[in-house]
Amino acid sequence: MTTLLPPEFAELEEHAARWCLPSETERFERRMASDMDEMGALYAALSPRLEEAIEFCDKYPLDELPDDVQRLLQLIHSYVMVSMSVEIFHQPKIVDSADAVLRRVKEPRP
Amino acid sequence: MSPRYPKPPEGSWTEHFGLDTGPVSYADSVSPSFYERERDAIFKRAWLNVGRVEQLPRGGSYFTRELAVLNTSIVVVRGMDDEVRAFHNVCRHRGNKLVWNESPEEETQGFCRQFTCKYHAWRYDLEGNCTFVQQEDEFFDLDKADYGLTRLHCEVWEGFVFVCAAPEPEWSLREFLGPMITALEGYPFDRLTSRFGYRTEVRANWKLFMDAFAEFYHAPVLHSKQSPDKYAAAAREAGYEAPYYAVEGPHRLVSTSGVRFWEMDPSSLKPMEVLTRGGLFGPWDKPDLGELPAGVNPGECKPWGLDSFQLFPNFVILIWGQGWYLTYHYWPTSYNTHIFEGSVYFSPATNVRERIAQEMSAVTFKEFALQDANTLEATQLMVESGYVERFPLNDQEVLLRHLHKVVGDWVDQHAGAPA
Repeated sequence: MTTLLPPEFAELEEHAARWCLPSETERFERRMASDMDEMGALYAALSPRLEEAIEFCDKYPLDELPDDVQRLLQLIHSYVMVSMSVEIFHQPKIVDSADAVLRRVKEPRP
Repeated sequence: MSPRYPKPPEGSWTEHFGLDTGPVSYADSVSPSFYERERDAIFKRAWLNVGRVEQLPRGGSYFTRELAVLNTSIVVVRGMDDEVRAFHNVCRHRGNKLVWNESPEEETQGFCRQFTCKYHAWRYDLEGNCTFVQQEDEFFDLDKADYGLTRLHCEVWEGFVFVCAAPEPEWSLREFLGPMITALEGYPFDRLTSRFGYRTEVRANWKLFMDAFAEFYHAPVLHSKQSPDKYAAAAREAGYEAPYYAVEGPHRLVSTSGVRFWEMDPSSLKPMEVLTRGGLFGPWDKPDLGELPAGVNPGECKPWGLDSFQLFPNFVILIWGQGWYLTYHYWPTSYNTHIFEGSVYFSPATNVRERIAQEMSAVTFKEFALQDANTLEATQLMVESGYVERFPLNDQEVLLRHLHKVVGDWVDQHAGAPA
Protein backbone atom coordinates (compact mmCIF):
# COMPACT_ATOMS: atom_id res chain seq x y z
CA MET A 1 0.00 0.00 0.00
CA THR A 2 1.33 3.46 -0.82
CA THR A 3 1.82 5.56 2.25
CA LEU A 4 1.03 9.27 2.29
CA LEU A 5 3.03 10.31 5.36
CA PRO A 6 6.69 9.95 6.35
CA PRO A 7 7.32 6.47 7.87
CA GLU A 8 8.19 8.09 11.23
CA PHE A 9 4.48 8.93 11.55
CA ALA A 10 3.09 5.57 10.43
CA GLU A 11 0.46 5.47 13.16
CA LEU A 12 -1.17 8.62 11.72
CA GLU A 13 -1.49 6.98 8.30
CA GLU A 14 -5.05 5.83 8.96
CA HIS A 15 -6.14 9.50 9.15
CA ALA A 16 -4.17 10.68 6.14
CA ALA A 17 -6.56 9.82 3.31
CA ARG A 18 -9.38 11.65 5.05
CA TRP A 19 -7.55 14.69 6.39
CA CYS A 20 -4.52 15.48 4.17
CA LEU A 21 -6.26 18.28 2.28
CA PRO A 22 -4.35 21.14 0.66
CA SER A 23 -6.87 23.98 1.03
CA GLU A 24 -8.79 25.47 3.93
CA THR A 25 -11.97 25.17 1.89
CA GLU A 26 -11.55 21.39 1.70
CA ARG A 27 -10.64 21.14 5.37
CA PHE A 28 -13.62 23.23 6.46
CA GLU A 29 -15.99 21.19 4.29
CA ARG A 30 -14.54 17.94 5.64
CA ARG A 31 -15.07 19.21 9.19
CA MET A 32 -18.71 20.06 8.42
CA ALA A 33 -19.21 16.60 6.90
CA SER A 34 -17.60 14.73 9.82
CA ASP A 35 -19.00 13.56 13.12
CA MET A 36 -17.39 14.19 16.49
CA ASP A 37 -15.93 10.66 16.65
CA GLU A 38 -14.05 11.16 13.38
CA MET A 39 -12.70 14.52 14.48
CA GLY A 40 -11.94 13.27 17.98
CA ALA A 41 -9.90 10.41 16.52
CA LEU A 42 -7.67 12.75 14.51
CA TYR A 43 -7.31 15.07 17.49
CA ALA A 44 -6.36 12.25 19.85
CA ALA A 45 -3.90 10.70 17.41
CA LEU A 46 -2.01 13.88 16.55
CA SER A 47 -1.94 15.59 19.97
CA PRO A 48 0.92 13.51 21.42
CA ARG A 49 2.96 13.76 18.19
CA LEU A 50 2.42 17.43 17.27
CA GLU A 51 5.65 18.81 18.65
CA GLU A 52 7.66 16.03 16.97
CA ALA A 53 5.77 16.55 13.71
CA ILE A 54 6.54 20.28 13.68
CA GLU A 55 10.21 19.61 14.35
CA PHE A 56 10.25 16.96 11.64
CA CYS A 57 8.75 19.35 9.07
CA ASP A 58 11.16 22.08 10.07
CA LYS A 59 14.15 20.01 9.00
CA TYR A 60 13.20 21.22 5.50
CA PRO A 61 12.85 24.74 4.13
CA LEU A 62 9.16 25.69 4.08
CA ASP A 63 9.09 26.11 0.30
CA GLU A 64 10.87 22.80 -0.35
CA LEU A 65 8.88 20.33 1.74
CA PRO A 66 8.91 16.85 0.16
CA ASP A 67 5.44 15.57 -0.75
CA ASP A 68 5.01 13.33 2.28
CA VAL A 69 6.13 16.11 4.63
CA GLN A 70 3.77 18.52 2.92
CA ARG A 71 0.95 16.05 3.61
CA LEU A 72 2.03 15.87 7.25
CA LEU A 73 1.66 19.66 7.40
CA GLN A 74 -1.78 19.40 5.76
CA LEU A 75 -2.73 16.91 8.47
CA ILE A 76 -1.64 19.44 11.11
CA HIS A 77 -3.73 22.12 9.39
CA SER A 78 -6.73 19.77 9.61
CA TYR A 79 -5.90 19.13 13.26
CA VAL A 80 -6.09 22.90 13.89
CA MET A 81 -9.38 23.00 11.96
CA VAL A 82 -11.06 20.24 13.98
CA SER A 83 -9.72 21.55 17.30
CA MET A 84 -12.36 24.28 17.20
CA SER A 85 -15.06 21.60 17.23
CA VAL A 86 -13.32 19.23 19.62
CA GLU A 87 -12.18 21.72 22.25
CA ILE A 88 -14.94 24.30 22.18
CA PHE A 89 -18.10 23.66 20.21
CA HIS A 90 -18.59 19.87 20.60
CA GLN A 91 -20.24 19.94 17.19
CA PRO A 92 -18.85 20.49 13.68
CA LYS A 93 -20.51 23.87 13.18
CA ILE A 94 -19.52 27.09 14.89
CA VAL A 95 -22.14 27.70 17.59
CA ASP A 96 -24.38 30.68 16.79
CA SER A 97 -23.10 31.03 13.23
CA ALA A 98 -26.56 30.31 11.72
CA ASP A 99 -26.17 29.99 7.96
CA ALA A 100 -23.32 32.48 7.65
CA VAL A 101 -20.66 31.61 5.07
CA LEU A 102 -17.09 32.88 4.67
CA ARG A 103 -14.97 31.40 1.91
CA ARG A 104 -11.18 31.51 2.02
CA VAL A 105 -10.25 32.65 -1.46
CA LYS A 106 -6.53 33.23 -1.02
CA GLU A 107 -3.97 31.51 1.17
CA PRO A 108 -0.25 30.87 1.27
CA ARG A 109 0.81 27.38 0.26
CA PRO A 110 1.75 25.04 1.80
CA MET B 1 -19.56 50.38 38.01
CA SER B 2 -17.08 53.17 37.35
CA PRO B 3 -15.32 53.24 33.99
CA ARG B 4 -12.12 51.25 33.71
CA TYR B 5 -10.61 53.84 31.42
CA PRO B 6 -10.92 57.61 31.81
CA LYS B 7 -13.56 59.30 29.68
CA PRO B 8 -12.93 62.63 27.94
CA PRO B 9 -13.75 65.81 29.93
CA GLU B 10 -17.24 66.00 28.39
CA GLY B 11 -18.09 62.79 30.25
CA SER B 12 -18.39 60.54 27.19
CA TRP B 13 -16.67 59.86 23.89
CA THR B 14 -19.96 60.51 22.12
CA GLU B 15 -20.28 64.05 23.47
CA HIS B 16 -16.53 64.59 23.07
CA PHE B 17 -16.97 64.10 19.32
CA GLY B 18 -19.98 66.41 19.28
CA LEU B 19 -22.39 63.62 18.43
CA ASP B 20 -26.00 63.39 19.51
CA THR B 21 -26.76 60.96 22.34
CA GLY B 22 -30.37 60.15 21.45
CA PRO B 23 -31.66 57.00 19.82
CA VAL B 24 -30.87 56.53 16.12
CA SER B 25 -32.89 55.30 13.19
CA TYR B 26 -31.55 52.87 10.59
CA ALA B 27 -33.68 54.37 7.85
CA ASP B 28 -30.39 54.84 5.95
CA SER B 29 -29.98 51.04 5.80
CA VAL B 30 -33.39 49.90 4.56
CA SER B 31 -34.17 52.28 1.73
CA PRO B 32 -33.52 51.68 -1.99
CA SER B 33 -33.75 55.41 -2.71
CA PHE B 34 -31.28 56.29 0.05
CA TYR B 35 -28.89 53.73 -1.38
CA GLU B 36 -29.08 55.42 -4.79
CA ARG B 37 -28.19 58.72 -3.12
CA GLU B 38 -25.27 57.07 -1.29
CA ARG B 39 -23.89 55.81 -4.58
CA ASP B 40 -23.78 59.31 -6.07
CA ALA B 41 -22.92 61.29 -2.94
CA ILE B 42 -20.35 58.89 -1.46
CA PHE B 43 -19.09 56.06 -3.62
CA LYS B 44 -18.72 58.07 -6.82
CA ARG B 45 -16.82 60.83 -4.97
CA ALA B 46 -14.67 59.12 -2.33
CA TRP B 47 -11.35 57.34 -2.82
CA LEU B 48 -12.00 53.59 -2.67
CA ASN B 49 -9.38 50.96 -1.90
CA VAL B 50 -9.47 48.20 -4.51
CA GLY B 51 -6.36 46.18 -3.66
CA ARG B 52 -2.68 46.18 -2.85
CA VAL B 53 0.45 46.50 -4.95
CA GLU B 54 1.49 42.92 -4.10
CA GLN B 55 -1.33 41.87 -6.46
CA LEU B 56 0.60 43.69 -9.21
CA PRO B 57 4.13 42.32 -8.81
CA ARG B 58 5.55 43.50 -12.18
CA GLY B 59 4.83 45.46 -15.32
CA GLY B 60 1.91 43.76 -17.08
CA SER B 61 0.30 42.41 -13.89
CA TYR B 62 -3.39 43.24 -13.71
CA PHE B 63 -6.58 42.42 -11.83
CA THR B 64 -10.22 43.28 -12.43
CA ARG B 65 -12.81 44.38 -9.86
CA GLU B 66 -16.56 44.17 -10.24
CA LEU B 67 -17.82 47.31 -8.50
CA ALA B 68 -21.60 47.11 -8.52
CA VAL B 69 -21.83 50.21 -6.34
CA LEU B 70 -20.24 52.21 -9.18
CA ASN B 71 -22.14 50.23 -11.78
CA THR B 72 -18.88 49.29 -13.45
CA SER B 73 -16.06 46.80 -13.79
CA ILE B 74 -12.51 48.11 -13.66
CA VAL B 75 -9.14 46.78 -14.63
CA VAL B 76 -6.13 47.80 -12.53
CA VAL B 77 -2.75 47.28 -14.20
CA ARG B 78 0.92 48.01 -13.58
CA GLY B 79 2.48 49.50 -16.70
CA MET B 80 5.98 48.83 -18.01
CA ASP B 81 6.82 52.25 -16.52
CA ASP B 82 5.82 50.77 -13.11
CA GLU B 83 2.87 53.13 -12.74
CA VAL B 84 -0.41 51.63 -11.50
CA ARG B 85 -3.43 52.71 -13.55
CA ALA B 86 -7.14 51.93 -13.45
CA PHE B 87 -9.51 51.80 -16.42
CA HIS B 88 -13.16 51.12 -16.93
CA ASN B 89 -13.17 47.57 -18.25
CA VAL B 90 -14.91 48.38 -21.51
CA CYS B 91 -13.74 48.22 -25.11
CA ARG B 92 -14.12 51.56 -26.86
CA HIS B 93 -15.38 49.96 -30.06
CA ARG B 94 -18.75 48.37 -29.18
CA GLY B 95 -18.75 48.35 -25.38
CA ASN B 96 -17.77 44.73 -24.83
CA LYS B 97 -16.24 43.94 -21.46
CA LEU B 98 -12.54 43.93 -22.26
CA VAL B 99 -10.82 41.76 -19.66
CA TRP B 100 -12.44 38.61 -18.35
CA ASN B 101 -11.59 34.95 -18.21
CA GLU B 102 -14.17 32.17 -17.93
CA SER B 103 -17.18 34.29 -17.12
CA PRO B 104 -17.64 38.04 -17.65
CA GLU B 105 -19.18 38.38 -14.17
CA GLU B 106 -16.15 36.96 -12.37
CA GLU B 107 -13.13 38.94 -11.33
CA THR B 108 -9.85 37.80 -12.81
CA GLN B 109 -6.13 38.53 -12.59
CA GLY B 110 -3.03 37.74 -14.53
CA PHE B 111 -0.19 39.07 -16.61
CA CYS B 112 -0.20 40.40 -20.16
CA ARG B 113 1.63 42.71 -22.55
CA GLN B 114 -1.55 44.25 -23.91
CA PHE B 115 -5.32 43.88 -23.69
CA THR B 116 -7.12 42.40 -26.68
CA CYS B 117 -10.89 42.53 -26.96
CA LYS B 118 -12.44 39.10 -27.51
CA TYR B 119 -15.04 40.59 -29.85
CA HIS B 120 -13.15 42.26 -32.75
CA ALA B 121 -9.55 42.12 -31.50
CA TRP B 122 -9.09 45.81 -30.80
CA ARG B 123 -5.91 46.14 -28.75
CA TYR B 124 -4.83 48.47 -25.96
CA ASP B 125 -1.43 48.85 -24.38
CA LEU B 126 -0.93 48.84 -20.60
CA GLU B 127 -1.15 52.64 -20.53
CA GLY B 128 -4.63 52.38 -22.07
CA ASN B 129 -3.75 53.61 -25.58
CA CYS B 130 -5.61 51.98 -28.45
CA THR B 131 -2.84 50.36 -30.53
CA PHE B 132 -4.66 48.23 -33.06
CA VAL B 133 -7.97 48.35 -34.86
CA GLN B 134 -8.98 45.36 -36.95
CA GLN B 135 -9.51 46.51 -40.60
CA GLU B 136 -8.87 50.09 -39.59
CA ASP B 137 -9.38 51.27 -43.20
CA GLU B 138 -13.05 50.30 -43.03
CA PHE B 139 -13.74 53.00 -40.42
CA PHE B 140 -14.56 56.64 -41.13
CA ASP B 141 -11.98 59.21 -40.04
CA LEU B 142 -11.04 57.06 -37.07
CA ASP B 143 -8.09 58.27 -35.01
CA LYS B 144 -6.96 55.59 -32.54
CA ALA B 145 -5.71 58.35 -30.24
CA ASP B 146 -9.36 59.25 -29.59
CA TYR B 147 -10.21 55.73 -28.45
CA GLY B 148 -7.98 54.89 -25.54
CA LEU B 149 -9.44 53.17 -22.48
CA THR B 150 -11.38 55.37 -20.07
CA ARG B 151 -9.31 56.05 -16.97
CA LEU B 152 -10.34 56.30 -13.37
CA HIS B 153 -8.20 58.35 -11.04
CA CYS B 154 -5.84 55.93 -9.35
CA GLU B 155 -3.32 56.55 -6.58
CA VAL B 156 -1.25 54.32 -4.36
CA TRP B 157 -0.74 55.00 -0.66
CA GLU B 158 1.51 52.72 1.41
CA GLY B 159 0.92 49.94 -1.12
CA PHE B 160 -2.88 50.31 -1.03
CA VAL B 161 -4.34 51.01 -4.49
CA PHE B 162 -7.21 53.51 -4.45
CA VAL B 163 -9.48 54.66 -7.26
CA CYS B 164 -11.83 57.62 -7.50
CA ALA B 165 -14.67 57.54 -10.02
CA ALA B 166 -15.30 61.29 -9.98
CA PRO B 167 -14.41 63.10 -13.23
CA GLU B 168 -12.20 65.37 -11.09
CA PRO B 169 -11.53 64.23 -7.51
CA GLU B 170 -12.37 66.85 -4.90
CA TRP B 171 -9.33 65.83 -2.85
CA SER B 172 -5.97 64.22 -3.52
CA LEU B 173 -5.80 60.78 -1.94
CA ARG B 174 -3.62 62.04 0.94
CA GLU B 175 -5.94 64.97 1.57
CA PHE B 176 -8.86 62.57 1.63
CA LEU B 177 -7.11 60.22 4.08
CA GLY B 178 -6.19 63.08 6.40
CA PRO B 179 -3.56 63.24 9.15
CA MET B 180 -4.91 60.42 11.36
CA ILE B 181 -4.53 57.90 8.52
CA THR B 182 -1.40 59.30 6.88
CA ALA B 183 0.29 59.10 10.30
CA LEU B 184 0.42 55.35 9.58
CA GLU B 185 2.96 55.98 6.82
CA GLY B 186 6.00 53.83 7.45
CA TYR B 187 4.08 50.93 8.98
CA PRO B 188 5.64 47.83 7.36
CA PHE B 189 2.62 46.86 5.25
CA ASP B 190 5.14 45.92 2.55
CA ARG B 191 6.67 43.25 4.80
CA LEU B 192 3.37 41.68 5.89
CA THR B 193 2.59 40.10 2.57
CA SER B 194 1.41 36.62 3.47
CA ARG B 195 -2.31 36.98 2.84
CA PHE B 196 -5.27 34.84 3.85
CA GLY B 197 -8.25 36.29 1.95
CA TYR B 198 -11.93 35.70 2.74
CA ARG B 199 -15.09 36.69 0.91
CA THR B 200 -18.83 36.28 1.25
CA GLU B 201 -22.10 37.78 0.13
CA VAL B 202 -24.17 39.17 2.99
CA ARG B 203 -27.89 39.91 2.83
CA ALA B 204 -27.66 43.13 4.82
CA ASN B 205 -26.90 46.76 4.17
CA TRP B 206 -23.15 47.43 4.04
CA LYS B 207 -23.27 49.75 7.06
CA LEU B 208 -24.76 47.10 9.33
CA PHE B 209 -21.66 44.91 8.95
CA MET B 210 -19.40 47.94 9.39
CA ASP B 211 -21.34 48.58 12.61
CA ALA B 212 -20.74 45.01 13.75
CA PHE B 213 -16.97 45.46 13.57
CA ALA B 214 -17.03 49.07 14.82
CA GLU B 215 -17.80 48.13 18.41
CA PHE B 216 -16.52 45.44 20.76
CA TYR B 217 -19.44 45.76 23.19
CA HIS B 218 -20.76 42.56 21.58
CA ALA B 219 -17.58 40.56 22.05
CA PRO B 220 -18.04 39.10 25.56
CA VAL B 221 -21.61 38.07 24.68
CA LEU B 222 -21.77 37.02 21.03
CA HIS B 223 -18.38 35.31 21.20
CA SER B 224 -18.69 33.84 24.70
CA LYS B 225 -18.87 30.29 23.34
CA GLN B 226 -15.52 30.70 21.57
CA SER B 227 -13.56 30.45 24.80
CA PRO B 228 -13.22 28.05 27.69
CA ASP B 229 -15.94 28.71 30.29
CA LYS B 230 -13.58 30.31 32.78
CA TYR B 231 -12.37 32.97 30.34
CA ALA B 232 -15.87 33.55 28.94
CA ALA B 233 -17.36 34.08 32.39
CA ALA B 234 -14.66 36.57 33.37
CA ALA B 235 -15.04 38.44 30.07
CA ARG B 236 -18.79 38.69 30.46
CA GLU B 237 -18.50 39.89 34.02
CA ALA B 238 -16.03 42.58 33.00
CA GLY B 239 -18.01 43.77 29.97
CA TYR B 240 -16.21 45.78 27.37
CA GLU B 241 -14.63 49.21 27.43
CA ALA B 242 -12.24 50.62 24.87
CA PRO B 243 -9.40 52.70 26.22
CA TYR B 244 -9.34 55.06 23.23
CA TYR B 245 -11.47 56.38 20.39
CA ALA B 246 -10.66 58.99 17.77
CA VAL B 247 -12.59 60.64 14.97
CA GLU B 248 -11.14 62.76 12.21
CA GLY B 249 -13.14 63.98 9.26
CA PRO B 250 -15.11 61.02 7.92
CA HIS B 251 -12.67 58.44 9.38
CA ARG B 252 -12.59 56.89 12.84
CA LEU B 253 -10.50 54.75 15.17
CA VAL B 254 -10.98 52.47 18.15
CA SER B 255 -8.03 51.02 20.05
CA THR B 256 -8.32 48.12 22.46
CA SER B 257 -6.12 46.93 25.25
CA GLY B 258 -3.99 43.83 24.86
CA VAL B 259 -4.21 40.42 26.45
CA ARG B 260 -1.04 38.53 27.33
CA PHE B 261 -2.36 35.06 26.57
CA TRP B 262 1.00 33.43 27.14
CA GLU B 263 0.94 34.60 30.76
CA MET B 264 -2.59 33.31 31.39
CA ASP B 265 -3.67 30.26 33.34
CA PRO B 266 -3.96 27.44 30.76
CA SER B 267 -7.49 26.63 31.96
CA SER B 268 -8.57 29.96 30.42
CA LEU B 269 -7.04 29.05 27.04
CA LYS B 270 -7.90 26.63 24.27
CA PRO B 271 -5.38 23.77 24.32
CA MET B 272 -4.70 24.45 20.62
CA GLU B 273 -3.71 28.03 21.43
CA VAL B 274 -1.04 26.74 23.79
CA LEU B 275 0.13 24.07 21.31
CA THR B 276 0.36 26.38 18.29
CA ARG B 277 1.13 29.65 20.11
CA GLY B 278 -1.52 31.44 18.07
CA GLY B 279 -5.14 32.55 18.31
CA LEU B 280 -7.54 35.43 17.79
CA PHE B 281 -4.95 38.05 18.67
CA GLY B 282 -2.46 36.46 16.27
CA PRO B 283 0.76 34.50 16.65
CA TRP B 284 2.10 34.84 20.19
CA ASP B 285 5.67 35.20 18.94
CA LYS B 286 5.60 38.46 17.08
CA PRO B 287 7.94 39.44 14.26
CA ASP B 288 10.38 42.26 14.90
CA LEU B 289 8.88 45.12 12.91
CA GLY B 290 11.18 47.76 14.34
CA GLU B 291 9.87 51.09 15.55
CA LEU B 292 6.30 51.77 14.46
CA PRO B 293 5.09 55.15 13.17
CA ALA B 294 3.42 57.61 15.57
CA GLY B 295 0.02 56.96 14.00
CA VAL B 296 -0.04 53.46 15.45
CA ASN B 297 -1.56 53.27 18.94
CA PRO B 298 -2.02 57.06 19.09
CA GLY B 299 -3.81 56.77 22.44
CA GLU B 300 -0.66 55.13 23.87
CA CYS B 301 -2.65 52.26 25.37
CA LYS B 302 -0.66 49.89 27.57
CA PRO B 303 -0.86 47.02 27.07
CA TRP B 304 -2.03 47.72 23.54
CA GLY B 305 -4.13 45.18 21.62
CA LEU B 306 -5.15 46.70 18.31
CA ASP B 307 -6.13 49.79 16.34
CA SER B 308 -9.18 49.53 14.09
CA PHE B 309 -8.95 52.38 11.57
CA GLN B 310 -12.23 52.73 9.73
CA LEU B 311 -11.57 54.61 6.51
CA PHE B 312 -14.58 56.24 4.95
CA PRO B 313 -16.56 54.90 3.31
CA ASN B 314 -16.06 51.12 3.29
CA PHE B 315 -12.51 50.14 4.21
CA VAL B 316 -11.01 49.07 7.54
CA ILE B 317 -7.33 48.61 8.40
CA LEU B 318 -6.99 46.80 11.70
CA ILE B 319 -3.45 46.76 13.08
CA TRP B 320 -2.73 44.20 15.80
CA GLY B 321 -0.19 44.69 18.54
CA GLN B 322 1.15 41.24 17.72
CA GLY B 323 2.68 42.46 14.45
CA TRP B 324 0.11 41.70 11.77
CA TYR B 325 -2.94 43.38 10.26
CA LEU B 326 -6.38 42.76 8.83
CA THR B 327 -8.40 44.59 6.22
CA TYR B 328 -12.16 44.61 5.74
CA HIS B 329 -14.06 45.85 2.72
CA TYR B 330 -17.82 46.19 2.43
CA TRP B 331 -18.94 46.50 -1.20
CA PRO B 332 -22.63 47.33 -1.56
CA THR B 333 -24.51 45.44 -4.26
CA SER B 334 -27.97 46.80 -3.36
CA TYR B 335 -29.63 48.58 -0.43
CA ASN B 336 -29.82 45.31 1.50
CA THR B 337 -26.92 43.21 0.16
CA HIS B 338 -23.18 43.58 0.02
CA ILE B 339 -19.99 41.62 -0.55
CA PHE B 340 -17.73 41.38 2.48
CA GLU B 341 -14.02 40.81 2.03
CA GLY B 342 -11.63 40.19 4.91
CA SER B 343 -7.90 39.69 4.53
CA VAL B 344 -5.38 38.66 7.15
CA TYR B 345 -1.77 39.72 6.49
CA PHE B 346 1.23 38.19 8.23
CA SER B 347 4.96 38.37 7.78
CA PRO B 348 5.70 35.43 5.43
CA ALA B 349 6.30 32.31 7.53
CA THR B 350 9.92 31.14 7.46
CA ASN B 351 9.18 27.67 8.83
CA VAL B 352 6.35 25.26 9.59
CA ARG B 353 6.08 26.35 13.23
CA GLU B 354 5.34 29.94 12.21
CA ARG B 355 3.02 28.78 9.44
CA ILE B 356 0.95 26.76 11.92
CA ALA B 357 0.64 29.69 14.36
CA GLN B 358 -0.62 31.75 11.40
CA GLU B 359 -3.05 29.03 10.33
CA MET B 360 -4.42 28.87 13.90
CA SER B 361 -4.85 32.66 13.90
CA ALA B 362 -6.55 32.72 10.48
CA VAL B 363 -8.85 29.80 11.35
CA THR B 364 -9.81 31.51 14.61
CA PHE B 365 -10.54 34.76 12.75
CA LYS B 366 -13.06 32.91 10.59
CA GLU B 367 -14.73 31.21 13.59
CA PHE B 368 -15.39 34.64 15.13
CA ALA B 369 -16.36 36.34 11.86
CA LEU B 370 -19.00 33.69 11.17
CA GLN B 371 -20.67 34.59 14.45
CA ASP B 372 -20.43 38.29 13.58
CA ALA B 373 -22.00 37.63 10.18
CA ASN B 374 -24.87 35.49 11.46
CA THR B 375 -26.77 38.35 13.09
CA LEU B 376 -26.83 40.61 10.04
CA GLU B 377 -29.48 39.10 7.83
CA ALA B 378 -31.90 38.86 10.75
CA THR B 379 -31.12 42.45 11.78
CA GLN B 380 -31.74 43.65 8.23
CA LEU B 381 -35.11 41.88 8.09
CA MET B 382 -36.25 43.21 11.44
CA VAL B 383 -35.14 46.79 10.81
CA GLU B 384 -36.80 46.61 7.38
CA SER B 385 -40.03 45.48 9.02
CA GLY B 386 -40.37 49.08 10.16
CA TYR B 387 -42.14 48.40 13.45
CA VAL B 388 -39.24 49.75 15.49
CA GLU B 389 -37.60 52.98 14.44
CA ARG B 390 -35.61 54.22 17.41
CA PHE B 391 -32.53 52.37 18.64
CA PRO B 392 -30.35 53.50 21.56
CA LEU B 393 -26.57 53.41 21.21
CA ASN B 394 -24.19 53.46 24.17
CA ASP B 395 -20.83 55.19 24.44
CA GLN B 396 -18.96 52.04 23.32
CA GLU B 397 -20.99 52.22 20.11
CA VAL B 398 -19.91 55.77 19.37
CA LEU B 399 -18.28 54.87 16.06
CA LEU B 400 -21.54 53.49 14.63
CA ARG B 401 -23.15 56.79 15.40
CA HIS B 402 -20.31 58.57 13.63
CA LEU B 403 -20.52 56.38 10.50
CA HIS B 404 -24.26 56.89 10.08
CA LYS B 405 -23.90 60.62 10.80
CA VAL B 406 -21.17 61.06 8.19
CA VAL B 407 -23.11 59.06 5.61
CA GLY B 408 -26.17 61.24 6.25
CA ASP B 409 -24.13 64.44 6.04
CA TRP B 410 -22.49 63.46 2.75
CA VAL B 411 -25.83 62.52 1.22
CA ASP B 412 -27.56 65.69 2.45
CA GLN B 413 -24.78 68.02 1.38
CA HIS B 414 -24.16 66.51 -2.03
CA ALA B 415 -24.82 69.03 -4.76
CA GLY B 416 -28.01 68.19 -6.55
CA ALA B 417 -29.35 66.17 -3.66
CA PRO B 418 -33.12 66.41 -3.37
CA ALA B 419 -34.18 68.67 -0.50
